[in-house]
Amino acid sequence: MESRKITLLSGIVALAILIAIPFFGPSKYVMHILILVLLNMLLGQSWNLLGGFTGQISFGHAAMYGIGAYTSTLLYLKLGLSPWIGMFLGGLLAAFYATLLGTITFRLRGPYFALSTLATAEVIRLIAQNWDTFTGGDDGLSIHFEIAPRVVEYFIILGIVIATVLVMHAISISRMGYYLSAIREDEDASRAIGIDATKFKVLTLTISAFFTGIGGSFFASYQLYFNPHVVLTVHTSMQMIFISIVGGMGTIIGPIIGAILLVPIAEIFRVVSPTANLLIYGLVIVVVMRFMPEGLVGIGKRLFKD
Amino acid sequence: MTDILLETQNLNKRFGGLKAVSKMDLVVHPGEILGLIGPNGAGKTTVFNLISGFLRPDSGLIYFQSEEITRVKAHEICRKGIARTFQLVKPFGKMTILKNIQVSALSKSDSVKKAELIALEILDFLNLSPLKEKIAGELPVGYLKLLEVAKALATKPKLLLLDEPIAGLNPSEVVRFMEVIRRIRELGITIFLVEHVMKAIMPLCDRVIVMHYGEKIAEGPPYEIAKDPKVIQAYLGVSYA
Repeated sequence: MESRKITLLSGIVALAILIAIPFFGPSKYVMHILILVLLNMLLGQSWNLLGGFTGQISFGHAAMYGIGAYTSTLLYLKLGLSPWIGMFLGGLLAAFYATLLGTITFRLRGPYFALSTLATAEVIRLIAQNWDTFTGGDDGLSIHFEIAPRVVEYFIILGIVIATVLVMHAISISRMGYYLSAIREDEDASRAIGIDATKFKVLTLTISAFFTGIGGSFFASYQLYFNPHVVLTVHTSMQMIFISIVGGMGTIIGPIIGAILLVPIAEIFRVVSPTANLLIYGLVIVVVMRFMPEGLVGIGKRLFKD
Repeated sequence: MTDILLETQNLNKRFGGLKAVSKMDLVVHPGEILGLIGPNGAGKTTVFNLISGFLRPDSGLIYFQSEEITRVKAHEICRKGIARTFQLVKPFGKMTILKNIQVSALSKSDSVKKAELIALEILDFLNLSPLKEKIAGELPVGYLKLLEVAKALATKPKLLLLDEPIAGLNPSEVVRFMEVIRRIRELGITIFLVEHVMKAIMPLCDRVIVMHYGEKIAEGPPYEIAKDPKVIQAYLGVSYA
């Protein structure tokens, strides 16, 4: 009970700080980094629901991210639909893609499932690159005026992240959360105790995709420009995985910590040496998997035990 | 005419060129402890996998409480009242013993809280309460075998399939397990058990079915099949028949 109170308290304090920051007049650059951190928190949380909680590792979340980005942007550019409604629809379309993907690949397990997510994501990328009359091809899409001031964008993504964390928490303490953990631990054993593992895997994939799609749509309406190489690459998928793994898979705090740590580091590397970025990421993954598979949260737990 | 809880008719399953289960007809009566024995590779676990929905038969029928369940999926079969354990234990390694049993109880209970109460009852029934907060992955196999049974019991089965529950246990653990099996029968649960260890099968089972190379070669009370020349031959070879 005590640790739960501490978590709640620190959550409220962190929230208060996050809400207060814009009023202290930080630079546009700092706001940009904060928005990226929050966006990555969102992406980490949604990937983690499928990967950390349910044990289904997806290498293809970029597809849902990209679908979100393209959906809201195209709806805005072609039909003048508000990007905020477009964001919701972006999430829905990404979720629909995921349900389709899940239903087709539901029999695949472990590495085979992971590969299928990667393959289909690559297909989506190729579609975006080649259907240039519709998607702008390699040139991508741009929106030629600022949809909302940076501060507003900040509060929007903050609100989305809070909502996502609440949803993830609700799932984790519900019957579904227990089922997902069982599926992660041993899928056959979970079936033997009456859990429809296939249904829950597809459901989780769908929910995860919804939030990822929203993230993509948000990114599009914030950055105001994107192309397939920004939103639909394997690198994009990997980023979401890193955040969860380094932070701590299967926990709600994990992606939060992962985003706070990795986004500024990535930004530093982007400025200093863009190629070192990927090298360092690879190294970090190997180190984490070898020495602290439970991520930073795992280290934190061990420290507090003693 | 005695009641039939589970029945298979002409069940067949092959893996490539290997006939794992061949023309299997068997019947399980409510309230009995039925044993399934046979040399390694005889097809015993395959029969369990077919009944519990983890494998589909090539042909043949399976009935549970007069309802056909031949192609019903594993999780549905559990919900209908057949629970199984695995020969190589499958605990939910990162969860506590309590949570292992609690999640097993969830599919048949209204809430997480009620499932916890059921789990606590089962822990008590199996004298595992002191271990309830232990992480499953850290426990030795003796306790994990009990956990397998606990998880199965949590699903409120009418029929319990135990796949080699005492393999790997030391003699005192075997005795304790046999006692557990008896107490489960007293709860009104029918038990169908695969085992190698004759010392356990003989005193426990009301009836025994013997399999060899996928086929049933003998059936009857334990003392009869122990003397059956076909059974002796299957286990020890022609020269001993």
